[in-house]
Order: sequence, then structure tokens, then C-alpha cells
Amino acid sequence: MKLLRKQLDKVKPHFQKGGRLEKLHSTFDAFETFLFVPDRVTERGSHVRDPIDMKRTMIIVVVAMIPTLLFGMWNTGYQHHIAFGIEAGFWDNFWFGFLRVLPIIIVSYVSGLAVEFVFAQIRGHEVNEGFLVTGMLIPLIMPVDVPLWMVSVATVFAVIIGKEAFGGTGMNILNPALTARAFLFFAYPIYMSGDDVWTAGLMNGEGVVDGFSGATPLANAAMGDIESIPRSLDMFLGFIPGSIGETSTVAVLLGALILWITGVGSMRIIASVFAGGLVMGLILNIFAVNPFMEVPAWEHLIMGGFAFGAVYMATDPVTATQTSTGKYIFGFMIGFLAILIRVLNPAFPEGMMLAILFMNVFAPLIDHNVMQANIRRRLKRAAATNQ
Amino acid sequence: MSKSERDPLFSGKNMKLLSTPLNDENPITVQVLGICSALAVTTMLEPAVVLAVAVVAVMGIANVIISLLRNTIPNRIRIIVQLVVIASLVILVDQVLKAFLYDVSRQLSVFVGLIITNCIIMGRLEAFALSNKPWPAFLDGLGNAAGYGWILIVVAFFREFLGSGNLWGYPVMETLGVYNFGYQDNGFMILPPMALITVGVIIWVQRTRNRKLIENQ
Repeated sequence: MKLLRKQLDKVKPHFQKGGRLEKLHSTFDAFETFLFVPDRVTERGSHVRDPIDMKRTMIIVVVAMIPTLLFGMWNTGYQHHIAFGIEAGFWDNFWFGFLRVLPIIIVSYVSGLAVEFVFAQIRGHEVNEGFLVTGMLIPLIMPVDVPLWMVSVATVFAVIIGKEAFGGTGMNILNPALTARAFLFFAYPIYMSGDDVWTAGLMNGEGVVDGFSGATPLANAAMGDIESIPRSLDMFLGFIPGSIGETSTVAVLLGALILWITGVGSMRIIASVFAGGLVMGLILNIFAVNPFMEVPAWEHLIMGGFAFGAVYMATDPVTATQTSTGKYIFGFMIGFLAILIRVLNPAFPEGMMLAILFMNVFAPLIDHNVMQANIRRRLKRAAATNQ
Repeated sequence: MSKSERDPLFSGKNMKLLSTPLNDENPITVQVLGICSALAVTTMLEPAVVLAVAVVAVMGIANVIISLLRNTIPNRIRIIVQLVVIASLVILVDQVLKAFLYDVSRQLSVFVGLIITNCIIMGRLEAFALSNKPWPAFLDGLGNAAGYGWILIVVAFFREFLGSGNLWGYPVMETLGVYNFGYQDNGFMILPPMALITVGVIIWVQRTRNRKLIENQ
């Protein structure tokens, strides 16, 4: 560690103002703060600078995603081996999935960070650490068989149009990871929907075991094929086909626990997303004119990407609402709309992505109204006491 | 009389009427007018070019006619007079397209007729042709229509190329053989949101190159 610090200190003057490599300052800064906690302290006034800067916050979110990532790798192998009727042990499953998922992670990080570094250089600001989380979220919400160049195109699109066009990290309106997914969903639908994309190797279709359809529980439910929906326990634990990281509700809840304990993710949003989903599910149960609407409300919460979106996507501090009251409204509407889209719109098998993006757009409006309501209330109170 | 009468035909001032709408006062990217047709007819290059040419013709001629009539039009009915002029010209264009370019005219369908409602045309008639002589009005019409047209064509180029792998109906991507490497056409480019994003990117590039367009510097 000391050696590293010494090396950094030795080259540091080159990157500072007047140095030879002044132009690459932001790149150097990115690596330095990545390796060491910044030693900046406040010099005047009564402020205390928290050493938890944005990089540490983001790293905690990445740590919270590790359960879903590890489970996703195992499940990728598990589903593949079921589909092709191969006997495989725990490590066989995991190793297979590891080799399939790792390239997607690398492609996502390399293409996204390349764009980030280029923009940081051109605009002369620090490299935004927001991409640490985005780069990990993107692989987790992809089907395992997605071609790598598509991941790269979608990541570049999401970072440039979804984030940099608005001014970089902290300025974006839409969640960049979901922007990438939405881009792929509309651009290359055959690779992002249907029954064949969720299990590795199923698109080629050779040697698949009879009776294995690869359909996700949501696809089963949408077809009205209620018998084929896996047992609730399987869906809760995650032994089902789906995007890489979203199948296991248990792993997602583990991540939610980490976010809760460290205070990084907003429990208000997470809880109200689940509440919203439950309410919409119950409303649909009351009408129940088709098999999909009869699916028990609580079962909706463990199907598809609902839990994953609630914990990792809806809580994005940039695109979510900032006020406490706003967070309840924001979360509730996400859950509410996600189930509504999921059940009533046959064109979109999973509503979570669109519901979150939709509410991202509304977040500033919700905040504005919450703040205006507060101002009006206090003005009224002030007027009453002055009389 | 006034100085402008002695202006040569291609004086700097007149040429400016032709050139500013291409960049500094572009109807689409700066004034953000005529967006609807820019989103609707730009999935392919051919209809976009045809529509651009049609708008150039209609605008140039309409500006001249209104400019000639400008001292005789009663102020209270000027809008209806402008509409009559534009509508007659659009009907002419529509008939010409139907006679000579029937396929394209079917692709464009209602959007030829909707040239009448294109806000750029009415805007220039009101703002310029009503108070200027025929020649400057003609140049102003051509300039604005061309400024509208080139954005349309650029957007259509990217949308057709990336969205269906063709250019002017010719399968470029297939000829290059990129499908064999796993390349796929981007279906999102065909959808209207991507036209909006493409226009947005053009605005971004334009403002980066032309810094005086940026507000509150």
C-alpha cells in the first residue's frame, strides 16, 4: 500500500496545474480517489467533511449487488444444464455461469468507462463514479444470451444520451442502466424478449430436453398458462429463467438489507414500491376476468424483475425523488404502474422497467409539489400566529 | 428612394437571407418549428428528400406571391389569404407527385397535404414576406425551406441506414455483408422517439460548433 502511495505522490505533480500531463488531470484524480480515501479536509468554518464520498457510496451499492450477481451466475449454469439435460454439480453450474456473465460485465464496464473518461477529459471535470453502479446493473438486467456488441452499443447510448447529454452524474433524469435496457428492448426485441433468450444456448435450439420451454413465470402467466408457473418457493429462491441478476428475491432482499443497514438506499422507496405493487395486485384480483389477473397479489412481488427494480433501480438517488413524502408517492406509483403494465398490456411482458423510467420523469414534479405544499402550509401557519 | 432598392441581386444582405436559416436561425434546430413532419417522414431517405423539395418549392413561390400582394391584402383577412395561396400550391405539388412519383406520394400520404399546416411556412409569410419585396422574400423562403430540408435529410439518412440497413432503398448493409458477423438492424431507429433523439443530437453538435447559439453564456 505504502509503495502505491509513494508512486502516486511521485507522479502527482505532473498532473497538477502547470505539470506536463495537466490535460490528464481528471484521469489521474479518478484513479487516485479510487485507490485511496481522499485526504481533503475543510480548512475554515464549522463543517466536517465526511470521508464517505460518492465513490464509497457507490461501492456499497455494488457490494449490495454481489448476492444477486453470484446467484445469477449459478442460476445461469443451473438453467442451462436443466435445458440440455446435463447432470451438473454446484461448482459446474457456477463456473458455467461465471464464464457466460463475466464477458458481459467486462464489456459493460469498458465501454461505459471509456465514454466517461472521454467526456471527463473534454469537459475538464472529474470522472463520474456513478458508472461503477450502472456498469454492474447493466449485466444483471440482461438476458444471458445477449450479443456482447449490443451490450456495448446500449451502454454507450445510455451513458451519452441518458447521462452526459444532461450534464453527467447527478444531472440525469432517467436511470442509465434502465435506459440501456429500454434501448435494447426496443432496438433488438428478438434478443430481449420471448422464451428463448433467458437460458444460455437455447437460441440455437440444438439438443434441448423435451418439454423445456425456457418461458419465464411472467410469460406463463401472460399466456394464461397458470399450471406452468413454478412453485412460489422456487420463484422466491430464484430457480427460474430470467435476466441474469433478477430471478432470486432472496438475494435481492439480502442486498436490500445491506443498503438499509448502511443507509445508502432509501427504505421509504423500497417499501412503498412493494406496497404499490401489492395494492394494484389486489385491485386486479377483485376483478379477475382472466387467469393473469387471478394471480395472487403477493406472487407478483416475487415474479420477474419487480423486487430487483424496487431495490436497486427505484432507489437511485439521482433519479428518485428527494423529499420524504415524495419518496412514498414515487415508490408507490412505481409498484402500482409496474403491475398494471405487466398484467394489462400484452406488448410488455414486464412493466417494471417502463414504470421506473416513467416515474423518473415525474420525480421532479412530485418534489416540486411536495415542497410547494409545505411552503403553503407554513405560510398559513405564519399568517395564523401573526394575527 | 431607399437604399435597398439599389441593392444588387446577390448582395451580402440578400445572401444572408439565404444562409442564416441554414445554421444560425435554423427552423428546426434553433426555432424548433415543423418538428411533427421531421419525426413522421424521416424513416426513409427518399420521402424525406421529396418532402424537402416540395417544401422548398411551396415556400419559395408562396413567399413571392404574398410579397407581390402585400400592399393589396387587407390586414384583417391576411391569414386566410395566406392559407389560400399555400393550399393552392400544395394541391399543385400533390398533383405533380401523384402524376410522376406515385409510390413516394403514397408513402408521404397525408404529409403532403399537411405542408399547409407547416408552421415554418406561415411563420415566414407573416414575419417576412408581408413586409418585404419579392426578391428578398423569395430568398428567405428558399433559405428557410432548405434549412428545414437538410435537417430532414440528415435525420432520414441515419434512420434509414441504422434502422433498416438501406440507403434510398438500396440494401447497403446487406451488400457490405455485416449481417454475417451478427449485426442486427436497430429497430428503435424506425420508431418516432429515435427521430427526436437524432434531432437532439444534431442540435447538440450544432451548438458545440456554433457557440453563439447557447443562451446565458
